[in-house]
Amino acid sequence: MGEPAVMAKKPRVAVHKFSSCDGCQLAFLNLGEDLLRLSSMVELVHFAEAGPVDPDAEVDIAFVEGSISTAAAIERIRSVRSRSRFLVAMGACATAGGLQALRNLADGAAWVADIYAVPAELDLLASSTALAQHVRVDLELWGCPVSGRRVVAAVRALLFGVSPVEEQDKVCLDCKRSQTVCVMVTRGLPCMGPVTRTGCGALCPRFGRDCYSCYGPAENSNVEALGRRLEGVGLSRTAAGRRFLSINSAAPPFTEAGRRRAQDHE
Amino acid sequence: MENGFLCRDRFQDLLEALRSLGYQCIGPQVRDGAILFVALVAAEELPRGVRDIQAPGSYRLERTAGPRFFGWANGPQALKPLVFAPREVLWRAERAEDATIRFIPELPPPLRLAVIGVRACDLAALDLQDRHFLGPPAEDASYAARRASLFLVAVHCSDPSDSCFCASTGDGPRASTGFDLALTELDDGFIVESGSGRGAQLAASLALDAVTGDMRSEAAAQAEAARARQRRRLPSRDLRAALFARLEHPRWALVAERCLACGNCSSVCPTCFCHAGVETPELDGAASVHARVWDSCFTQSHSYIHGITVRSDTRARYRQWFTHKLGSWHEQYGRSGCVGCGRCISWCPVGIDITEEAAAICTGTGHD
Ligand code: SF4
Ligand code: SF4
Ligand code: SF4
Ligand code: SF4
Repeated sequence: MGEPAVMAKKPRVAVHKFSSCDGCQLAFLNLGEDLLRLSSMVELVHFAEAGPVDPDAEVDIAFVEGSISTAAAIERIRSVRSRSRFLVAMGACATAGGLQALRNLADGAAWVADIYAVPAELDLLASSTALAQHVRVDLELWGCPVSGRRVVAAVRALLFGVSPVEEQDKVCLDCKRSQTVCVMVTRGLPCMGPVTRTGCGALCPRFGRDCYSCYGPAENSNVEALGRRLEGVGLSRTAAGRRFLSINSAAPPFTEAGRRRAQDHE
Repeated sequence: MENGFLCRDRFQDLLEALRSLGYQCIGPQVRDGAILFVALVAAEELPRGVRDIQAPGSYRLERTAGPRFFGWANGPQALKPLVFAPREVLWRAERAEDATIRFIPELPPPLRLAVIGVRACDLAALDLQDRHFLGPPAEDASYAARRASLFLVAVHCSDPSDSCFCASTGDGPRASTGFDLALTELDDGFIVESGSGRGAQLAASLALDAVTGDMRSEAAAQAEAARARQRRRLPSRDLRAALFARLEHPRWALVAERCLACGNCSSVCPTCFCHAGVETPELDGAASVHARVWDSCFTQSHSYIHGITVRSDTRARYRQWFTHKLGSWHEQYGRSGCVGCGRCISWCPVGIDITEEAAAICTGTGHD
């Protein structure tokens, strides 16, 4: 068997940033020894936060952090796409529009006017959107921030020339695998784990708190049934809706479940 | 065989005797609002006076002034994680200089565990897991190693929870087989019986008093009360024909509207054994770890076969869980896969009740 095509020479990797907090790039930087090993295996041609800057370089793999929030960003993501063989959307902003997508559901212009002295200097689109709404995305790594483990697994799979494994089951499965006691069943906390995708290893329930879905919707998520249950454990209808309208508010199943509730008056 | 009566203040002797035989004791303790089976050193760590209040989707503990250590029904897990580990490394693979790949099998560390306080339903479930993992054509080496290391001290249930229905499945509340020792807890201590040669030997090493007639009648009354207290039941011990005649029953769609497809039911079920293989290569590609992790018929990947997801919606997944557990298990293992522990009812975040669904689906024609 020949080596996969991507291994032919040292693969070139870029890490790009759009509208985001840089936390996912930090997940990269926090890889420790793996980052050293990684940098000897690939050529990191663009990663502003780590040093190399060459945003227009042609690459084999582009990791892209951040959402599309300005007209200039639309042009730039298209340019990144055209120069990258494999494009990975990394983190909640890139996969779902991020926390800043809350403005999609509100009067964004009013918020800007409340905060900035000269709002006219901002060139904002009406909404903050996921990369996949603008360009073809080959892989989505969800999470706010992504886990370093997922980043390493994705790079490794691509170096082998195979598709990275999707992690899309519910957080509950990891919760039970780690033998964490369910905070919803024992304490009535409004846990989002039953509709949230795995990746974090059930981090919040392991520390006794309810998941707030920083990894976004799992596959086949029954948001309606969970919404009803959140009301059952004592949240008002509006508060139950707000549980869906947070970091991943623009992920379609959450937008709908949240809007239906949050916009009803109590 | 009845061996004698162990005074409550001598319970530590049992733990010491097991330790002197090289066992690490595992026993019930209160952790994070539930009864968990964890390392047990001293009898004082047992959940004295603790009771569990269970209902669909709800589990709460309550402390009383009572003297009993085992006056509760169960927690989210008991024996399953000790024999069928949530994550078990099966082998490692290493790439040699000449690019050949070497596979190195892994076995769990050789720990001898004595588990104190297992229930009749746990033992019945263990027997089913044995049939799955140890039955022909091939014995699972990791399971076999963990299983062989167990010394089992059962406690007959005196306080089933509102979710329990082991009397209806025929698996409890009294443990009848599968234990080394079994205890009947009374206020002052424990009637000790042995169920194996090593159990009898261990019992003989303890300072036991004689069992009186009063103790025996109290034990019998307690067992009867535990049975009578259970209100849930399955319509029959064999629902295979009833279920497979009703695969298009409208109830499947109704339960799918409520079900989160979260897999909590199958994860807490002591008989569920489904798993997935997970490969974790080193970043440099020179080595890789292959592990078996708990999976569930409620996940998409569990029914994925090259290019097709067989069960893409919750209706199909719930129906799979249900018809396998209560239906096709009969063909595979000669009995239903449900031992009536009630865990799937209490630990389901939305409180879906297997007995209620069974009644709705299996009674009537299925066409109403
Ligand atoms: S704590 Fe949350 S994530 Fe864990 S099992 Fe319960 S509902 Fe699921
Ligand atoms: S438990 Fe939920 S909120 Fe917490 S880290 Fe995981 S996905 Fe994010
Ligand atoms: S199906 Fe439910 S009640 Fe039956 S053994 Fe499994 S968890 Fe217990
Ligand atoms: S029945 Fe309950 S525990 Fe099981 S998958 Fe459905 S919601 Fe989860």
